[in-house]
Amino acid sequence: MTTAVTTTEKTKISVKDLNFYYGKFHALKGINLEIPENKVTAFIGPSGCGKSTLLRVFNRMFELYPEQRAEGEIILDGENLLTSKKDVALLRAKVGMVFQKPTPFPMSIFDNIAFGVKLFESLNTSDMEERVEWALRKAALWTEVKDKLNQNGSSLSGGQQQRLCIARGIAIKPEVLLLDEPCSALDPISTAKVEELITELKSDYTVVIVTHNMQQAARCSDYTAYMYLGDLMEFGSTEQMFFKPMRKETEDYITGRFG
Amino acid sequence: MSTANTLTSIAELDQSRQARYAKRKFVNRVALTMSLTAMAFGLFWLCWILFETVRLGIDGLTLDTLTQMTPPPNDAGGLANAIYGSFLMVALATFVGTPIGVMAGIYLAEFDSKGWLASTTRFVNDILLSAPSIVIGLFVYAVIVTRFKSFSGYAGIASLALIVIPVVIRTTENMLQLVPPGLREAAYALGAPKWKVILSITLRAASSGVVTGILLAVARIAGETAPLLFTALSNQFWTSSLSEPMASLPVTIFKFAMSPYENWQKLAWAGVFIITIAVLGLNILARVLTRNKS
Repeated sequence: MTTAVTTTEKTKISVKDLNFYYGKFHALKGINLEIPENKVTAFIGPSGCGKSTLLRVFNRMFELYPEQRAEGEIILDGENLLTSKKDVALLRAKVGMVFQKPTPFPMSIFDNIAFGVKLFESLNTSDMEERVEWALRKAALWTEVKDKLNQNGSSLSGGQQQRLCIARGIAIKPEVLLLDEPCSALDPISTAKVEELITELKSDYTVVIVTHNMQQAARCSDYTAYMYLGDLMEFGSTEQMFFKPMRKETEDYITGRFG
Repeated sequence: MSTANTLTSIAELDQSRQARYAKRKFVNRVALTMSLTAMAFGLFWLCWILFETVRLGIDGLTLDTLTQMTPPPNDAGGLANAIYGSFLMVALATFVGTPIGVMAGIYLAEFDSKGWLASTTRFVNDILLSAPSIVIGLFVYAVIVTRFKSFSGYAGIASLALIVIPVVIRTTENMLQLVPPGLREAAYALGAPKWKVILSITLRAASSGVVTGILLAVARIAGETAPLLFTALSNQFWTSSLSEPMASLPVTIFKFAMSPYENWQKLAWAGVFIITIAVLGLNILARVLTRNKS
């Protein structure tokens, strides 16, 4: 069922024959996909199609749950990360993730950002302050929080919290940023800010975003993958997917006739 | 014809709605009255207890109560040694019981929440949690007091710690389970190792709940008499040596209140007043801490 499309871009992550199981449930069926470097790739599809599942394989998040397992290959920088002997923490420093719901840590705004940085680098105070400011500026949050860095992260509004989580993710300077429906809990203004941010981020990062919002995929992604019931139905440039999709199912979903 | 039909049915429907509504309103009133009565009943006794404690306790409470030793019958004195003994044993039992309880709670919530070891631990802990404190007192008596052939502060601490541990295990586990899984995932997603996630994220997110559990455990052991009767016993004199019998407020109250001597009875009431205020204070502190959380 899958349609492997080779893009002309440089590939950052390539997925080969990936199968994923929740216990006995076969959630991803032989996925083949190449995610281009420094581009935004969107995963779309109806609920339960496996797009979040696929995302959570890229940083081996699924390993927290013993009943979940992945078979196949995911090549990141020439190495199959599923069989890599390297510590999973190092992978996660390289492949960051932002979740659907904002999850500020129970600490100050400053420490929320510094927490991840401290795991891998020992910076002195001024370097750390610089890094925190850099991350908050990148996430378009600096002007709003610069006077209250000592306040608890949960004192921020939902949209600010989500941008704090994005800042936290980029502060450790990953190469890939995985966004799992980052705007689903946000109002339109915050969504617009996050989308703007995503577009800016792609100059430095490879961004993969899961979204239920078709317009969002159209607005801020370069490539789009349409998934359905664990299969990758179609993958191509966002323009081609939205204007002349190759499959009828894709067109039906995108135009809202299905799903 | 059909219009007429609809009209009657609308009128009927309306009537039946009204009837239903009246019935619901009645049931609502009855339930409200019953729960208000139940609340008033509970509050009545609580207020009475507090009132009597204050009325009789204030009477015996002087500066001497806090500075003098427990007296012989019909002599002047205070509760200083009992207060100190209670404070010392409760503090040390909490100091011993808390780390064990918190660590076991962490194990149950974070490491092995579904395994056989966890479910066994949980089951045993539930039994310990509901074990009558006199059983724990007798157990410590048999294990420690008879072996060392002496009642001692150590034995008292051991039995109080045995009461603290299951309470702290239970609350720590429950509070950690309330931490949203998303928070853990977010910390793991940054590449944090498990111990760091638990220490800096989940335990911190649950900290006010865990502290509340500890405070409630302290409040509980502060008033326990049975486990101290067989272990620390009591002591008429001031002692800081934990290997000797040690006085405590509950045991002193028990002894003094049962006596025919008026000055002892007065001191017993003063002791009851002190314990009540301390436990009330701890409970209020626990409440304040949980409220700040939400």
